Amino acid sequence: MTEPTVDAPGGREPITLTPVLTQRWDQPDSFTRRAYEKAGGYKALRMALQRKPEDIIEAVKDSGLRGRGGAGFPTGMKWSFIPKDSPKPTYLVVNADESEPGTCKDIPLMMADPHVLLEGVIITSYAIGAKTAFIYVRGEVLHVFRRMQNAVAEAYEAGYLGTNILDSGVDIDVVVHAGAGAYICGEETALLDSLEGRRGQPRLKPPFPAVAGLYASPTVINNVETIASVPSIVERGADWFRTMGTEKSPGFGIFSLSGHVTNPGQYEAPLGITLRELLDMAGGVRAGHELKFWTPGGSSTPMLTADHLDVPLDFEGMAGVGSLLGTRALQIFDDTTCVVRATGRWVEFYKHESCGKCTPCREGFWWMVQIFDRLEKGDGTEADLDKLLDMSDNIAGRSFCALADGGVAPVVSSIQYFRDEYIAHFENQGCPFDPAASTLFAPESQQEAGVRA
Amino acid sequence: MSDTERRDDEQAQRSAERVRTGVRPEESSPTKLDDNARAELREIVARYPEPRSALLPMLHLVQSYEGHVTPAGIEMCAQILDITEAEVAAVATFYTMYKRRPVGEYHVGVCTNTLCAIMGGDRIFEDLSEHLGIGHDETTEDGKVSLERVECNAACDFAPVMVVNWEFVDNQTPESAVELVDRLRAGEQVTSTRGPRICTWRQAERVLAGFPDDLATEGPQAGPASLVGRTLAEERGWTAPEGGQRAIEGRGEAK
Repeated sequence: MTEPTVDAPGGREPITLTPVLTQRWDQPDSFTRRAYEKAGGYKALRMALQRKPEDIIEAVKDSGLRGRGGAGFPTGMKWSFIPKDSPKPTYLVVNADESEPGTCKDIPLMMADPHVLLEGVIITSYAIGAKTAFIYVRGEVLHVFRRMQNAVAEAYEAGYLGTNILDSGVDIDVVVHAGAGAYICGEETALLDSLEGRRGQPRLKPPFPAVAGLYASPTVINNVETIASVPSIVERGADWFRTMGTEKSPGFGIFSLSGHVTNPGQYEAPLGITLRELLDMAGGVRAGHELKFWTPGGSSTPMLTADHLDVPLDFEGMAGVGSLLGTRALQIFDDTTCVVRATGRWVEFYKHESCGKCTPCREGFWWMVQIFDRLEKGDGTEADLDKLLDMSDNIAGRSFCALADGGVAPVVSSIQYFRDEYIAHFENQGCPFDPAASTLFAPESQQEAGVRA
Repeated sequence: MSDTERRDDEQAQRSAERVRTGVRPEESSPTKLDDNARAELREIVARYPEPRSALLPMLHLVQSYEGHVTPAGIEMCAQILDITEAEVAAVATFYTMYKRRPVGEYHVGVCTNTLCAIMGGDRIFEDLSEHLGIGHDETTEDGKVSLERVECNAACDFAPVMVVNWEFVDNQTPESAVELVDRLRAGEQVTSTRGPRICTWRQAERVLAGFPDDLATEGPQAGPASLVGRTLAEERGWTAPEGGQRAIEGRGEAK
């Protein structure tokens, strides 16, 4: 085993990669049932069906698994909120509407290994007493939808789905459902409205989905990676899961590095690894450049800088520096990037994707786009920065869902860390950066690629 | 321009936008929604515990027959689900994948969300737009290619990313993008960089409605960027702990 080459913070042992979910991805036929079974797949399902549903919920609670869709809510606890005596059916809904900017882990997972998700779906359905589960896949990923549908068909053929699965007396059906293009449907209650055939608009909570979710029935909604982690916990145990990660953020997760990094891609590691360690594994920031800013978990998590390279990437570590772990979507931007342009584009995204239900979000982002347009052109003033911060205060926390909070995150954090760069835009009467220099096909990058080749 | 003039101008632009993207879809050619379509729409309804859940896939199916969401399609969905046409139209106008005007046989999306834009997506979109002579949400006169700025498509490790009929075309450059659309317009068979042979937009919409084609096993299991961590772990002998192994002392972050 090769030791990592950078120092770990706080004198702890260096953290290395721990492929569990990504373990089978290098097999050319990894998406087929045969390959999954050959690698030990569906063994956890057989084990689970031998145990009582409440034992599985207990095991997931003991593991400390926290939701991998960004919010980090304890999964076992979420499951235990399902009422035992409801006269209505219970549903499981998998949130496969991956669309948070920077996030790109669930899509390759479903493409390469749809059966691990499906095995997790079947085990979870059994544990919470659901006879019907839905996998809500965003519509803009056609081949992923095909792979997921194919896996479901293969599972029916093998008797993992349908009536009396594996002679257990348990009936479970799965429907793979395609969305139709709306970021907001990644928000769990908007997803439920969408799955009910409506506009995807968030609901006021409470009641929480565990009490009144899909069709006002008890519903568990979990992210793809969360559910895909369940078979390994059932098979190898909660203690095993806790050998990875930290006490409060146990286990492994997929870290997605993108942008100005030498080898962008998916790196599966224990929570608590640092960006310095991950960047070292990924060959560092693009040659000849310095790290300028990065997002720990998508655009809705406040951006950080090179000062935060050694902060543990876990829920507590990120909260400690005023950000969020989110979806571990590490978007890396080097010194060629204009932070005003980057932030302005994100604000346009939130404006475009606001569902329109709440006024502060619908109107606020629309006006922010106008301000960013003039800032980027150099027509802004310092008063505009104060206005942006004031608007942020009036958008965040004043809308039904977290889209509003997420949308102001890059605005507030970029002004916090790069106020001077905003000011440089109006002192310079325009953007001081050359957009061509930050592209992957900038002459400079191509020369470097040539040298490497 | 005075402030008043600017406001008037903006208002005019906004009302033009409303007309263009309005609730009422444009009149179009005679409907292709026949008895077969009606039967398939009912088949979708049968998959769900409550009928209305079928609406999103039903609208995908309408698009595969009609080429976009037509008044006839809205009417048929409303009839089958026993809801009003206004309720169907409200849904059809909410989601970006539902089109109120015909799109090209090949619908080309360029990601211009922040990361892809910075990595080159903006330049790719500009070059494609100029090359094809069409802007965002427009279609070439031959009906072959339409262009759209898309939001993050969950492929950031392959930036700059494009999609054709919702299949990934990864790691693009302005040159490769222009070459791609030229091949599509010439009727050549194009294959996704991380997926199968690219089908037409209408065929893609049929698959999204839940009527599978036979392409699920085509294409690789994963793209190169998806495998970098997996490969590095293999090279360095890094693995997850064995099952049942006791907690490693000191592994947790000291706080």
